[in-house]
Amino acid sequence: MTGRTIRVDTLARVEGEGELFIKMAGDRVADVKLRIYEPPRLFEAFLRGRHFSEAPDITARICGICPIAYQMSAAHAIERALGIRVDPAVRLLRRLFYSGEWIESHTLHIYMLHAPDFLGYPDAIAMARDHRAVVERALRLKKIGNHIVTLLGGREIHPISTAVGGFYKTPARSQLRELSEDLKWALDASLETVRWTCTLDFPDFEQDYEFVALRHPDEYPFNEGRLVSNRGLDIDAAEYEDHFIESHVKHSNALHSVVRGRGSYLVGPLARFSLNSDKLPEVARQAARDARLHPPVKNPFRGIEVRAVELVFACAEALRIIEAYEPPGVPRVEAPGRASVGQAITEAPRGILYHRYALSEKGLILAAKIVAPTSQNLKRIEDDLREYAAHLVAWPLDDATWKCEQAVRNYDPCISCATHFLKLNIQRS
Amino acid sequence: MNSKAKPRVAVFKFASCDGCQLSLLDAEDELLAVTSAIQIAYFPEASRATRKGPYDLALVEGSITTHHDAQAIQEVRRQSKILITIGACATAGGIQALRNWKDIDEFVRVVYASPQFVSTLKLSTPIAEHVPVDFELRGCPINKYQLIELIAATLAGRKPNIPSYSVCLECKRKSNVCILVARGAACLGPATQAGCGALCPSFDRACYGCFGPMESPNTASLINQFRILGQTNDRISRAFRGFNAWAWQFRKASEECERP
Repeated sequence: MTGRTIRVDTLARVEGEGELFIKMAGDRVADVKLRIYEPPRLFEAFLRGRHFSEAPDITARICGICPIAYQMSAAHAIERALGIRVDPAVRLLRRLFYSGEWIESHTLHIYMLHAPDFLGYPDAIAMARDHRAVVERALRLKKIGNHIVTLLGGREIHPISTAVGGFYKTPARSQLRELSEDLKWALDASLETVRWTCTLDFPDFEQDYEFVALRHPDEYPFNEGRLVSNRGLDIDAAEYEDHFIESHVKHSNALHSVVRGRGSYLVGPLARFSLNSDKLPEVARQAARDARLHPPVKNPFRGIEVRAVELVFACAEALRIIEAYEPPGVPRVEAPGRASVGQAITEAPRGILYHRYALSEKGLILAAKIVAPTSQNLKRIEDDLREYAAHLVAWPLDDATWKCEQAVRNYDPCISCATHFLKLNIQRS
Repeated sequence: MNSKAKPRVAVFKFASCDGCQLSLLDAEDELLAVTSAIQIAYFPEASRATRKGPYDLALVEGSITTHHDAQAIQEVRRQSKILITIGACATAGGIQALRNWKDIDEFVRVVYASPQFVSTLKLSTPIAEHVPVDFELRGCPINKYQLIELIAATLAGRKPNIPSYSVCLECKRKSNVCILVARGAACLGPATQAGCGALCPSFDRACYGCFGPMESPNTASLINQFRILGQTNDRISRAFRGFNAWAWQFRKASEECERP
């Protein structure tokens, strides 16, 4: 019997550090390990004793790719603890802020991290030699996402304007209007992105996922809603820890999450789209129909198309907000510290991000818990690879290895987040 | 220019958030120009193609927190003609250096159910505590324009134009009203190196020191001023103990505030 090992020592085009190890025994997959060697940074430990007002800035540093997600989950969790209700204009600005991060992060992943796999390039820079206009479109889209973030938060990475209760400073109406011409171009470019991703070849591979995402009665979710799944989950953020368990596995510095009593689950664009496509604006729904994307989407490789549809959504949402915006009366609502506990879940580009804080009466953090999207997807990625690697038995090792890397990148994994993650080994024995 | 003559640039990462190396990909207007002038020899966040050293220039992000990384940085130094550290993690230990004042075993137990699986050092330390560093680029995150200036200057063999004065000068240049004086905000700007463009004061909030200490900060005077403003020692200590807590000037200041 022949066997082999697929190994990738440093998984590329993911955020953070990890390796992949797949052991084949004949045509059977004997073992799959996504080993996270990103060193632990221990955020939940050193947050203790810090003031609640510092949590958005500190937790942003978990991830340079999606700092706004951390700021949003932190601010919302603490606002729930303190009983703060934010101004409706602040709520809208936060959706705009998140739209900017989704545009920037989805564009980065679609064009620079994921598309090179489909087209056979090691990276976007090599891809640019043959597809200059495509990469230039990506860079301009990404820049527009970053421009939204910079306008609202001072800079792209670790923006400085998010406060518990609102923003330190909110923009004037005219400042937001400056974005509208760029965003009109971005909306067209996002529709072009959907058409372009449809030209890529997708392996015939479907899985029966439990999709988990926020669901809001009126909107495609960012910051609010109940946590739902296609298998009957329907809970408030405060109930999250009753339904999900994090387990610590030896091969990984990232924790693995499972749904209690069921197992792995999937968060991120596929889950959001499959559970919320009815809440997309018509322009994004039409783009999805044209791409023949019908929920539920069970082929993880088509995540690149779903991300493109979400890119359309984010551009349309940003435009809508800019046109409707009136500045809030005060940029933020302040509240004194009190002994309390608050939980929140928001939709980071990669999926749901859970935060819980327990505060003292002086407003100092007594305990913190953070569950990043990638740690929730890790077990699911291993499950995908266990199925997918079996399809690649007859493939040459180098090609099989590359396809497995691509299967990991379907999830846009953020290893820095998951460790608060990757290296690929496929072993054939 | 043929590709053999292009300088070979590598990007390495230790304990960090990936944000500083992302700054390079965030330089949308300059990215294609920069990548045509250099050869990206090792940059896993952007490319699966990797080339072995030696490298002409290494950009290093992240702090050293494991035995493995303490050894790996030695090899990076051996392979690199010029080594530049980027960001608060690499230049000062980062926010994860808050462990340096605490019991690391207790910290690991708080986050991980099976602490025996986790291998980490007691201290989070900057790269310069392990190997000689040719230039330290500050910031949490770094400023992408400073990064491009630094790469261009380094490859041209000239001194980079990266100021070491305080955030106060940037505020003056932007005609910001001083929030420390006018509003009594506990602003770290007077002790913090410029480079962000005085962002926080421009957004009506106190600077929180993410670019680390300026060249010779008068932290004693600033602590005194904070006390006059009614700040408690706890709060002042926390202010210095942020993203650059282990930078020696901020470290000394936070420890002074802890003395009875």
